[in-house]
Amino acid sequence: AAALEAVSSSYKVDEALTPEEDVTSYNNFYEFGTGKADPAARSGGFKPTPWTVKVDGLVGKPREFGLQELLRFPLEERVYRMRCVEAWSMVIPWIGFPLASLLDKVEPLGSAKYVAFETVVRPEEMPGQSGLFQPLPWPYREGLRLDEARHPLTILAVGLYGKTLPNQNGAPIRLVVPWKYGFKGIKSIVRISLTETTPPCTWNLAAPNEYGFYANVNPAVDHPRWSQATENRIGEGGFFGSNRRDTLPFNGYADEVASLYTGMDLTVHF
Amino acid sequence: MASFLPALPKRLHGPSVWALYAIGFVPAASAFYLGATGQLPGNAVKEFEHLLGLWALRFLVATLAITPVRDLFGLNWLRYRRALGLLAFYYVLMHFLAYMLLDQMLRFPSIVADIARRPFITIGMAAFLLLIPLALTSNNWSIRKLGQRWNKLHRLVYLIAAAGALHFAMSVKVVGPEQMLYIALVALLLAWRPIRTPFLRWRRQRSGVARPSPATEKAAG
Repeated sequence: AAALEAVSSSYKVDEALTPEEDVTSYNNFYEFGTGKADPAARSGGFKPTPWTVKVDGLVGKPREFGLQELLRFPLEERVYRMRCVEAWSMVIPWIGFPLASLLDKVEPLGSAKYVAFETVVRPEEMPGQSGLFQPLPWPYREGLRLDEARHPLTILAVGLYGKTLPNQNGAPIRLVVPWKYGFKGIKSIVRISLTETTPPCTWNLAAPNEYGFYANVNPAVDHPRWSQATENRIGEGGFFGSNRRDTLPFNGYADEVASLYTGMDLTVHF
Repeated sequence: MASFLPALPKRLHGPSVWALYAIGFVPAASAFYLGATGQLPGNAVKEFEHLLGLWALRFLVATLAITPVRDLFGLNWLRYRRALGLLAFYYVLMHFLAYMLLDQMLRFPSIVADIARRPFITIGMAAFLLLIPLALTSNNWSIRKLGQRWNKLHRLVYLIAAAGALHFAMSVKVVGPEQMLYIALVALLLAWRPIRTPFLRWRRQRSGVARPSPATEKAAG
């Protein structure tokens, strides 16, 4: 990971940062294996450069963006909470830019209602994508409603801790939606498409009763197999330092985003 | 059937069982030390909890494997079965305590909700409860006292092992090779039970050598 310049932003959680060591060694990135240590241990052969992201679908100006061009967007550092659906959390200093600025460049059509994302498929560089046991169908897919995608909190991250993204964190470019569970934050993105209908989402398709399309962090709606009321902050407290804390509605971003869901029953649209 | 390993001198039988207990606790002790001193990476409590659960399952499988290993390979490790079974129980107990104390930190409402509403936790908890009478009767006195009822009671271990493997598979987001391995091992060990008697009879007839039937062999706890 190379050094990356970014201006500070006002989007900063006033909580202790999760140590860089934990942020870069405790990951879910099934393309490299299902163990938490697999992404760091098995992503050495992954080549995040050169890279292009294709943006297409219901847009006026479909096109491809090279990585150099993506890095020329005004980069900001944002300190966000990250809440995994598995009931653990981190506080991460991301570097990135609002997804809305990218979408502006391609001029979404009036008919576009959703944004679909796709991760790269490279079995030769991603050990989890080859072999007998495949935990998920590839490519990994995710999606947002267009208003969620355009929300100022939603960013495309290209770095963390002042450096370009390590492979295990989704190099070279990934989505960060801080009020949603971590699996919505699709990594190593190669395609962004604007659509009229709800895009297919990998975990939602794999287990629709466990992972909803919205996947907003919600302490009141449990995962069928575990409670979402509390979370373990990674890298804090070890065994005995009380590191289980209450999970906040919308991961603490309710003031900014709750209005997106006015009138919706969030126990149905979980 | 002749064993292909040199026999352990009789005077070392006792000490070897104690050595097994000592070695058996090494994974828990080393992980506890690393966790308590902040050296377990990432989610230390979960790592510890999972390690304890995984070793509990390993010891359960090892306990169940003693009989087939003797039947098939002529290795008589019956003297280690009680230690392996008790190690399984101690690991399940530690797994439970890690969940209660370190993970949930005795938040009883959420513990009760977990047990009542989450099938994999319900199953795990049931397996733990079923193990308690087995652990309490894993001594010579109970074997004498209970007679045939002891054998009946300890058949519960098959149900417990199945519940353990299921608990493991249901706890993960995607059932992978590791979960499948334990499900397969437990399934094989369970399948051996009905096959065993006909298999031993068939082999006895084939070799034409009279051997004591398995039913007359004394259980060793």
